[in-house]
Amino acid sequence: MVTADEVLLRLQGTDRRVLPRLATLVENGDADGLEALDALFPFTGGAHIVGVTGPPGAGKSSLVAALLGHIRARDRRVAVIAVDPSSPLTGGAVLGDRIRMMNRYADDGVFVRSMASRGRQGGLAWATAGLVHLLDAVGYPLILIETVGTGQDGTDIASLADTVVVVEAPGLGDGVQAIKSGLLEVGDIVVINKADQPGADDAQRHIRASFDLAHPSHGRTVPILPTVAITESGILELLVAIDDHDAWLTESGQRSVRRERGARAEVLSGLRAVLDRRLESGTGRSPELAALIERVARRDLSPRRAVNALALALDSPAIGGTVGD
Amino acid sequence: METSKPPEPVGATETEVSDEHNSPIRVLIAKPGLDGHDRGAKVLVRALRDAGFEVVYTGLFQTPDMIASAALQEDVQVIGLSILSGAHMELFPRIMDALHERGLRDVLVVAGGTIPKTDIPRIRALGVAEVFGPGTRLATIVDYIRKNAPRPAALW
Repeated sequence: MVTADEVLLRLQGTDRRVLPRLATLVENGDADGLEALDALFPFTGGAHIVGVTGPPGAGKSSLVAALLGHIRARDRRVAVIAVDPSSPLTGGAVLGDRIRMMNRYADDGVFVRSMASRGRQGGLAWATAGLVHLLDAVGYPLILIETVGTGQDGTDIASLADTVVVVEAPGLGDGVQAIKSGLLEVGDIVVINKADQPGADDAQRHIRASFDLAHPSHGRTVPILPTVAITESGILELLVAIDDHDAWLTESGQRSVRRERGARAEVLSGLRAVLDRRLESGTGRSPELAALIERVARRDLSPRRAVNALALALDSPAIGGTVGD
Repeated sequence: METSKPPEPVGATETEVSDEHNSPIRVLIAKPGLDGHDRGAKVLVRALRDAGFEVVYTGLFQTPDMIASAALQEDVQVIGLSILSGAHMELFPRIMDALHERGLRDVLVVAGGTIPKTDIPRIRALGVAEVFGPGTRLATIVDYIRKNAPRPAALW
């Protein structure tokens, strides 16, 4: 078993490839990588983790790129994890978020890592949390996570980030869109990007109004900030709002509440993944399941009854063995 | 559903297939220097995606340091340099130097674009493994990368 000291020694050495390689091993679920991550976990918890989410094309990457400029101008170190979707057909992915961050490539104070979602829905990859822990443990004080473009769903980022920035753009809907449940609900800061485009004032008003229909959460009003990422207009205000939220989390005691919620979500999602794999390798291959599916296909049995029959088998220790490894 | 599975390479064993599923080959496609012609690069990015690779695309106008830095942070196994400006003999040596400075010696580097045949021996001598000229079939490039990409490196 690898110790934290050994891993940290390697990470703090002169070989700059160690961190990116460890990130790959974590991403691939490699046993050595996961064990190193376990050893590093006690050293996590120091970073401010900021999620940047919103619909495709709202300007998340451009906004992150603009933020990087202001963060580096203050000589703060920062890591970015940019998640893009994997093809459900081939598993391949085009990871294009670096394009907009390219001016910051060669700066050693910025670590940018692209990730493919690899089949996970909800805006993140299975290994995103692991990569956050890794970057946290090696001492990046600020970690930005750019999610896959998501619309009304995809709120997984809320259980991983301390601060969620929801990026909207003009022309994406009316006041009813804004009061539907979903992404806006999890926003600690809302950005109306492309604020120089027609409709930006309307978008801001609709969103403001939707927040005004409810009580502020924990006595805090969600700021709604207009930005133009490509001209860097409003970016400094956004960075100030992010830092303010960080301070508020500490003052209000909400940070520990969120971290506990995040820990719960991460453990449960890991457990679900294990159960999923067991289902696929055990029950998923059982002749009982095949027989039940065949009956459902013939309209001889309702899907709900088939599920009930299988769930009963999961509870029974005698047959439950088929669910095991 | 059969279509939801990654395509299986011909003749691969079961372990190889599941390996490829867990750890897709990561490729960086870069456009070095002052060269605005990115259609070929985009066609290739798309083809590599459809072959099941994870493709980081840098966009246009990349300096050697930007390319090497991206390759380092993204821990790619393969770098594809697309160049149609004619400046390959200026840029490739600098890119290879920038990669070697960062310890990236085991990355598979390939090139493509309008590169005269007479330059190819000198480009190979720099450590560029293969040069794919105009008219190369996409399948040729995909097969080459699949056969020659190094495995992700172990740490200890």
